Amino acid sequence: MSRALPLAIFLALVGLFGFGIWWNQRHDPREVPSPLIGKPAPAFDLPVLGDPARRVSKAAMLGKPYLLNVFASWCFACRDEHPVLMAEAQRLGIALVGYNYKDDPADAQRWLAQFGNPYGLILADRDGRTAIDFGVYGAPETFLIDAQGVIRYKRIGALTPQVLAEQIEPRVRALSGGAP
Amino acid sequence: MKRAARIGLALAALLACAPAFAIDPLPFKDAQQRERFQKLTSELRCLVCQNESLNDSNADLARDLRHEVFQLMQQGKSDAEIKQYLVARYSDFVLYDPPLKTSTLLLWFGPALVLAIGAAAVVLTVRRRAGSGPAEAPAAEEEW
Repeated sequence: MSRALPLAIFLALVGLFGFGIWWNQRHDPREVPSPLIGKPAPAFDLPVLGDPARRVSKAAMLGKPYLLNVFASWCFACRDEHPVLMAEAQRLGIALVGYNYKDDPADAQRWLAQFGNPYGLILADRDGRTAIDFGVYGAPETFLIDAQGVIRYKRIGALTPQVLAEQIEPRVRALSGGAP
Repeated sequence: MKRAARIGLALAALLACAPAFAIDPLPFKDAQQRERFQKLTSELRCLVCQNESLNDSNADLARDLRHEVFQLMQQGKSDAEIKQYLVARYSDFVLYDPPLKTSTLLLWFGPALVLAIGAAAVVLTVRRRAGSGPAEAPAAEEEW
């Protein structure tokens, strides 16, 4: 019995550390969980990229669910994400709204001209002030906002076909199925 | 002489605020307000480089959040209100000092728990050896 004890302790430690590795592969320990999920999106009133005279507010967006995709021309991961949006945006069956984060409008437009524009509408948050209300701490980030203006889901990091299929699409379907 | 002293004092004052000025100058009302700002921002985590406080970080977002904290201070918000403002947006992650609640019980009392388990193990081992007599103990040790 006492001879087996060290082995048992060793195995318990192996199990503990193994669990740690397994857990950290599934969860990014640096990811900041959003406290806003399930809560109304913060109020915003932002100019449209390329048409600063036109402003869009949260109230104007109510009535239909939409995906709010935070991107910037300076963001490397956005470049990886962009082809996915170009290929899948139409198929998702939900409006894709761009959120140009702390970007020079000219840079953003050049970037879109080069890689394509998957967005139906792009809001420009030049100084990133509204992004703080959304709890944005980097790009890309993506919010799923329902017709009532409630944040249903947040993706931190690039959207991939897998994330779209496993996380976004089921939620989009649930939203349109639940709507009257 | 007097002039030299004054220059010295001015240099010392400049050095004292060097950390703040090195990153970005904020128009503080007085030294007290600056001190409060630096204490508060050093208790808040930068979300981008998470091993740095808002006070230390050079990240773009950290600068924005410092401005935000400064604005809130100008509006007369208390430290607790400012922390609450950030927690509502970025969760407890922004706090270097995690609050005591159900999800953090293990974090707060885990070390004490491990210590208690260790102490119990020591007590049990000592008692068992004391009871088993002196002749057997060395033999058991050799085996390991």
